[in-house]
Amino acid sequence: MSRNTTPQRISEFAVGLLFGWGLMIAGMTDPGKVIGFLDLAGAWDPSLALVMGGAIAVGFFAFGLAKKRTRNFLGGALTLPSSRHIDRPLVLGSLLFGAGWGLAGFCPGPAIVSMASGQPKALVFVLAMLAGMIAFDFFDRLGRSAPAPV
Amino acid sequence: MTIDWTHFTPWASLAGGLLLGLASALFILLNGRILGISGILGGLLKRQPGDVGWRMAFVLGMLAAPLTLGLIAPAGLVSAPRIEASYLLVVVAGLLVGYGTRMGSGCTSGHGVCGLSRLSPRSMVATASFMAAGFVIVYLMRHLF
Repeated sequence: MSRNTTPQRISEFAVGLLFGWGLMIAGMTDPGKVIGFLDLAGAWDPSLALVMGGAIAVGFFAFGLAKKRTRNFLGGALTLPSSRHIDRPLVLGSLLFGAGWGLAGFCPGPAIVSMASGQPKALVFVLAMLAGMIAFDFFDRLGRSAPAPV
Repeated sequence: MTIDWTHFTPWASLAGGLLLGLASALFILLNGRILGISGILGGLLKRQPGDVGWRMAFVLGMLAAPLTLGLIAPAGLVSAPRIEASYLLVVVAGLLVGYGTRMGSGCTSGHGVCGLSRLSPRSMVATASFMAAGFVIVYLMRHLF
């Protein structure tokens, strides 16, 4: 049995488009704005607090509804992360990410959108980011296949 | 602390944030998935059968955003990006972001927007961690070195 996936694909494309527009309008694709927000000791640009606030204000209700469902509104599965364990990789990984975010002012979404706007530095950032992801997967597999340290 | 009034864009940033929330809402309710960019990209790199199409559709939508922004936003609303980092710094930053987001299972979208919206303790810890690291790095770069 194979379900027609066209409505899903159209929806995913449209949501990607909407998300890209949101990032640009919010100012997230301007690394200077991101660093301006992270620079508490300098001239502080609070814009990103409004980005987060606006996004969560909508998301809070959507996820409240999503928690009560196991199927999405197009008929497929709806899955929410089930892990609740706060561990070292979560914290260490997030610290590394935050350091990289502060260094250049790009996080993954805005970097992809800026690359599509033709920013050469965003293209270089995205390539390095993908390399970093591949490197993590490589070391992660290596760690899993190696015998546990005594 | 002083406020950078010249660059502060409360209305555009709030409107953009609402769009990000709407996109995250539609993605979980229509597609049943968490809208997390690092997770979507990470899965694309693994290319598991049956798991590529939805990721590609989403990423293509994002790539189309700059070309079509004129459909919903007036010209000049989005200012030119200010990228101070050198190419070397951009490479280092990209490696850290790629490695860190995979290790920490998420980035600003998956943990920061979706995770906080669903009150996930893991995402609260992740968001506090990457924000703290960002504050510290920018402090070191702008005020100590």
